[in-house]
Amino acid sequence: MSRWGWCLWLALAFVAARAQEAAPAAADPALEARMQRITAELRCLVCQNQTIADSTSGLADDLRREVREQLRRGANDEQVVQYMTDRYGDFVRYRPPLKASTVVLWAGPGLLLVGGLATLVVALRRRSRLAPELFDRDDGAEAEP
Amino acid sequence: MKLRYLLPLALFVLLASFLAAGLKLNPREVPSPLIGKPAPAFALPRLDDAAQTMRRDDLLGKVWVLNVWASWCAPCREEHPHIVALARSQPAPVIGLNYKDQRDAAQTWLARLGNPYAASVSDADGRVAIDFGVYGVPETFVIDKKGVIRFKHTGPVTADIVEKRIKPLLKELDV
Amino acid sequence: MIAEMGQLALLLALGVALVQGSVPIVGAARNRAAWMSLARPAAQTQCLLVVLSFACLTASFVQNDFSVLYVAQNSNSALPLAYRVAAVWGGHEGSLLLWILMLSGWTVAVANFSRHLPAPFIARILGVMGWISVGFLLFTLITSNPFERLLPAAADGRDLNPLLQDPGMVIHPPMLYMGYVGFSVAFAFAIAALIGGNLDATWARWTRPWTTAAWCFLTIGIALGSWWAYYELGWGGWWFWDPVENSSFMPWLVGTALIHSLAVTEKRGAFKAWTVLLAIMAFSLSLLGTFLVRSGVLTSVHAFATDPRRGLFILALLVVAIGGSLALYAWRAPKVGVGSRFELVSRESMLLGNNVMLVVAMGTVLLGTLYPLVLDALGLGKISVGPPYFDNVFVPIMTPIIFLMGVAPLARWRETALPDLARRLRWAAGLTVIAALLTGWLAGRISPLATLGFGMAWWIVFSLATDLLERLRPAEGRSVGARVRMVPRAMVGMMVAHLGIATFAFGVSMVNTFGIERDLKMKPGDRTEMAGYVFTYRGVRDVQGPNYIAAQGLVEVTRDGRAVATMKPEKRVYRVQQNPMTEAAIDTGFTRDLYVSLGEAVEGGAWIVRVYFKPFVVWIWGGCVLMALGGALAASDRRYRGARREATTGAGMARATAGAS
Repeated sequence: MSRWGWCLWLALAFVAARAQEAAPAAADPALEARMQRITAELRCLVCQNQTIADSTSGLADDLRREVREQLRRGANDEQVVQYMTDRYGDFVRYRPPLKASTVVLWAGPGLLLVGGLATLVVALRRRSRLAPELFDRDDGAEAEP
Repeated sequence: MKLRYLLPLALFVLLASFLAAGLKLNPREVPSPLIGKPAPAFALPRLDDAAQTMRRDDLLGKVWVLNVWASWCAPCREEHPHIVALARSQPAPVIGLNYKDQRDAAQTWLARLGNPYAASVSDADGRVAIDFGVYGVPETFVIDKKGVIRFKHTGPVTADIVEKRIKPLLKELDV
Repeated sequence: MIAEMGQLALLLALGVALVQGSVPIVGAARNRAAWMSLARPAAQTQCLLVVLSFACLTASFVQNDFSVLYVAQNSNSALPLAYRVAAVWGGHEGSLLLWILMLSGWTVAVANFSRHLPAPFIARILGVMGWISVGFLLFTLITSNPFERLLPAAADGRDLNPLLQDPGMVIHPPMLYMGYVGFSVAFAFAIAALIGGNLDATWARWTRPWTTAAWCFLTIGIALGSWWAYYELGWGGWWFWDPVENSSFMPWLVGTALIHSLAVTEKRGAFKAWTVLLAIMAFSLSLLGTFLVRSGVLTSVHAFATDPRRGLFILALLVVAIGGSLALYAWRAPKVGVGSRFELVSRESMLLGNNVMLVVAMGTVLLGTLYPLVLDALGLGKISVGPPYFDNVFVPIMTPIIFLMGVAPLARWRETALPDLARRLRWAAGLTVIAALLTGWLAGRISPLATLGFGMAWWIVFSLATDLLERLRPAEGRSVGARVRMVPRAMVGMMVAHLGIATFAFGVSMVNTFGIERDLKMKPGDRTEMAGYVFTYRGVRDVQGPNYIAAQGLVEVTRDGRAVATMKPEKRVYRVQQNPMTEAAIDTGFTRDLYVSLGEAVEGGAWIVRVYFKPFVVWIWGGCVLMALGGALAASDRRYRGARREATTGAGMARATAGAS
């Protein structure tokens, strides 16, 4: 290969080597991941239908910046959420806190499940105790559905 | 009629009454948890003279109104005449919190529309506003002599709100 | 002119609906054949008028008639034709007209495909559907008239919301409304049976295909909405437990319970009152959904422009429709017969167990959706209930349902022995555990939650395989081929639908556990590697669309050196509404999606780029498609189409003539 050819080849190789692994958008990926995780459970107050993690509104930007600074100063997850709740109330939390007014919310599903199944068992038992003549006449064995 | 067959209807009536009550509520409004709590401390440069700082503690002993505003905010323009009227018609000072704004734009805005504020402070990055639980402009607070927040209104104030809520409260707190 | 014609057509339709609602029902009560026979032609006439009205509105959009207020609010002259048509249902008023159109369509379908139903019964059914029509027509004409004029006419429209300018928009609402409105058929069948007092297994057999069809449409509608959110909104999620999403999910849950309950009522004549209640509940939840979306009591991305007057009207509609039907239920249901006997452990009781748990699941979603409203109304403060809550409470309820899904098809009617079931399912159980652990191990790591998810999917597959093998095992001298032909289509439908759920569960577990997301700052030439794929960013350039300008990025994807895809994510600004929109670039594959979206430009000529790897995400919606396919198969089973075979009364005789079903 001619001298120019080698130069060209070297130049290209140099350029190719410079195409590098992209840098993460955030300066500190681990901190950023924590921030994302916390703000993914907080509600943006401006648009109200997105998390603070996803919202593009100015307030969400500011709040994400706040959370990053707090995490940098050593706050733990709970303290950050408490910071938000102190200023904006429980509305900002997508995971409702467990307090007297939300006991029904958190216990409800379990109670409904237990209650529903218990009602079913009671109803089936009551049904089996009914007099035989109340039932439809059975048309022979049901082999297949 | 067996009573248990009435259960679905009874549950529905309960549901419908909640839905009816819901029609009168505003789901977007976020009540402030700071009512009854001390106003957050702040130390911000004044809008008219950046060299001078105003602090929350400077206002202790007085009943005062905090109005969060910005020159880029359209509803602020709507409410401004009411704020001017409020400032003129009673002794409590109205302090402006200029939210995430440019100094000259803000000053021009006040020059054009009237300046009701005893003083305005610049909250350039919005941090103090966050401490006050502000989530949209404009917002208006009433703070008592001990520095406790007693009232917050989100959105532009109307003549109604000024006459029926803010003025009576100011009078009551001034005693 | 056209708009006025459309409005007139609606008024006339209202008149016809009033007749359709009253005369046949009175005729059924008094046994007057002439009055009852008015039902069909009335339904057909109403449908014609509604179609005309809808066509007028569509014409106004296509012709860019900005003197119609609704067109001015939702369209624009630069809007491509397909979206001008889709914009017809882009706002509140037009979507109501779409609802009414669907309702009249379903009514005519019921009118035409029910020659074998007794006259009083069909008269009552069409009458009830007529009353529903009256309610919605009144609502539209009084509070939400799409034909209202804007004078002087606007020079140009405000444009359709850019989020809605998408193929998904064209098909998602119509499918969804077909489902919502389709449950009105089951509702009408239930009310007609309560009024007439003839609630029996035959009633269940007539109701089943209609209900299953509605359920299929709703399944597709919800799946489309989820898929659309995934590719359109640019954050890679597919379900947010948003109040409006929940509004569509609740009738789906009850609808699923209903199609299973109808099976029990049809086979064994049992739990008729419960089935009727479910039918009322399913449509009531459709109506509740309408209320929640249009009244403004809950904030949602989907909520239409709200107005308390509209909310009040719909609430009145709810009170009349739901309150009335539940009152009728309380009065007439106690008189309904009890059906055949069955033991505490039997297929019937398992199906009922499934029912109870599905209704509990619905109750859970309802609780979470309405709780903020309840607390606020009681003055107890304002809270938010979002995905962290729903994700936590929903999975524990679904798990027993899915477990039961594997057991019930193997259980016998009337009585089944648990030890026998356990013995037959022991292979399936063992294979499930092994397969679940193996899946996790092959994918990269074993996590408890993922193993549970995979376990649910594999359990369905293996228990289904057990069922199928039992049916196909040669017996009584018949060949396998003969046994295959003996499996009723409804049974095949069930298997396909259950397989759909397994597919869905598998996709969800995979994506949640093994999905990767990365936020990167990329300059031209930068690359990143994810799950064996190399993404190389080449830069951003400006492009022009029909009604927007965009910054379009170029990302090349390779794997093992071979080119896989060229991805072009965009950041668009629509000219009229001026809000920025992210268009993600997605490379869809059977076993994975590659997802790239643009953030914003930063200093140094770089852009923030979000890259996602989503394994098996397409199985989520593929599962839904399988579910709907299974439903369609089941609904088209021969025994539902046997109009002539219905000549003899008595479920037993019908069963005998229809063959092994």
